[in-house]
Amino acid sequence: MTLTLELQKQKERSPVIVQTIFLGAGLALLLLAPLFFYPVFLMKLLCFALFACAFNLLLGYTGLLSFGHAAFFGGAAYFTAHAIKEWGLPPELGILVGVAGAALLGVVIGFFAIRRQGIYFAMITLALAQMFYFFCLQAEFTHGEDGIQSVPRGHLFGFIDLSQSTNMYYFVLAVFVLGIAIIWRIINSPFGMILKSIRENETRAISLGYSVRNYKLGAFVMSAALTGLAGGVKALVFQFATLTDVGWQMSGEVILMTLLGGIGTLIGPLFGAGLVVTLQNYLATSEFPVTIITGLVFMACVLLFRRGIVGEFYNSRLGRKLGFEHRHKH
Amino acid sequence: MTTIFGIPLQAFLGQLLIGLINGSFYALLSLGLAIIFGLLRVINFAHGAQYMLGAFAAWLLLSHFGVGYWPALILAPLLVGLLGAVIERTMLRRLYSLDPLYGLLFTFGLALTVEGTFRYLYGASGQPYATPTLLAGGTNLGFMFLPVYRGWVIAFSLAVCLGTWLVIEKTKLGSYLRAATENPVLVQSFGINVPFLLTLTYGLGAALAALAGVLAAPIYQVSPLMGSNIIIIVFAVVVVGGMGSIMGAIITGYMLGVAEGLTKVFYPEASNIVIFVIMAIVLLIRPAGLFGRDA
Repeated sequence: MTLTLELQKQKERSPVIVQTIFLGAGLALLLLAPLFFYPVFLMKLLCFALFACAFNLLLGYTGLLSFGHAAFFGGAAYFTAHAIKEWGLPPELGILVGVAGAALLGVVIGFFAIRRQGIYFAMITLALAQMFYFFCLQAEFTHGEDGIQSVPRGHLFGFIDLSQSTNMYYFVLAVFVLGIAIIWRIINSPFGMILKSIRENETRAISLGYSVRNYKLGAFVMSAALTGLAGGVKALVFQFATLTDVGWQMSGEVILMTLLGGIGTLIGPLFGAGLVVTLQNYLATSEFPVTIITGLVFMACVLLFRRGIVGEFYNSRLGRKLGFEHRHKH
Repeated sequence: MTTIFGIPLQAFLGQLLIGLINGSFYALLSLGLAIIFGLLRVINFAHGAQYMLGAFAAWLLLSHFGVGYWPALILAPLLVGLLGAVIERTMLRRLYSLDPLYGLLFTFGLALTVEGTFRYLYGASGQPYATPTLLAGGTNLGFMFLPVYRGWVIAFSLAVCLGTWLVIEKTKLGSYLRAATENPVLVQSFGINVPFLLTLTYGLGAALAALAGVLAAPIYQVSPLMGSNIIIIVFAVVVVGGMGSIMGAIITGYMLGVAEGLTKVFYPEASNIVIFVIMAIVLLIRPAGLFGRDA
């Protein structure tokens, strides 16, 4: 009796310990990473990782496939760049403008998209995001094909000089950790539980009296706002905002990162983003077009490992031994 | 000079014609999407790539083998349709038991690969494709000048759309297809080879897209990007029409093409977003789409 109780206790405790170790090691790696890697590369990686994690909040935890997240990512980049360059706002406020703009866009696109489900939802988000792309192409403040160039990084809170890449890196890392913490909080809240129940069985969630539409819209807007956070920071890192970030290819890229890393895992998209960004950097100097590889990886992922890297690890013998669980259905 | 709502009649009719041409392509493509979705429950994102492949096949046949427009009109859809059937047999088939989203993602990857490859081989700029001599030139209709080829595209695509509709609604093969759409297990138990029907359907859908591509080659340039530009609009068309009805897909395609053309006359700035705006309005009023049965 005592033995089983003891074992049970151990079983309950060990995942927490293992996860804390993993978390600590991961954080230490990210803190030390600028010693080994080029900071701009790392910052790009973190921006895309946050983007993919925010996207996964919608796909992995609510079961909604948005094909239009580029609108929020690129849109926020434009808003932040414009606010900093033209209005002279400090970086932290500029990023907030980007987040607010992305959230507002999320309300509008989400309002239309949640009227249909499944495959139609994906097509509607794609079409509306394309509409936003055409808007960005013609609007004056985006400067069309040129984009908004040479955005000053400025001083964070008035005294941290972000033009220094070390400062900038730790700022991006702080934003990333904050973003992940928010996502973690959302998916482990009662709200997040209801999102998961919608993913698993929408009809039952409705019959239990939840206004599924409001929950979906809520999740959509939160995902859009967090995507905006990533987009705003990206504009600050690269000091420009262009049409590339609002195009449909970008929406496809974030889907790939999430799929590759593991749909419905908190940190999977981080690995997916890492792989995709590394691949892009590697191929950037060669003649070979990235889209061919991207497309092939897409097909391979869908056909062969739909759980993604982290999902496969959680599901492997070692992962289970370490107490990870992966419940997302495929 | 005659005017209509303050717009010269010539310009008005000219844009109407362009609208009808675009509408023909929207109709052909959304028809193929609807047929594939009806039976396979897969949204074929590669439809744009297959349209591009059709145009490229015609161009390659002409420039490398000296095969002209008329044989290409049959050969290109045949080749692309065969390729589609092979893809269905070897890969797409494994995804039927999964969430339909995976079919969308797989065909998206396929589209990226195909487009990337053609971009790598032939560059992003377009290749011209000459109008066949038989259809060159134009006729003066009295009130406007009609290039013969454009008239041909409208007439031929209308005939193909109606022909496909007839095959599906009135023939025995069509009745098998419709029955398999409703209840594949039951149809199979009657001894009908449903897996073969699925392969045939995907091949047919891909061939229709390629046919649209060959038709488009002399009008637009043959470019690797021509497919991804049009597929997103066709998705909006499909959302407006709802994929429940074949005729619905055809009518919506022409309607939205004309709406786009007319917007170009009255408010050119909005011409490339008007279809998306119409989609948003339809979603507000009739979320299931104009001809849709599924909510």
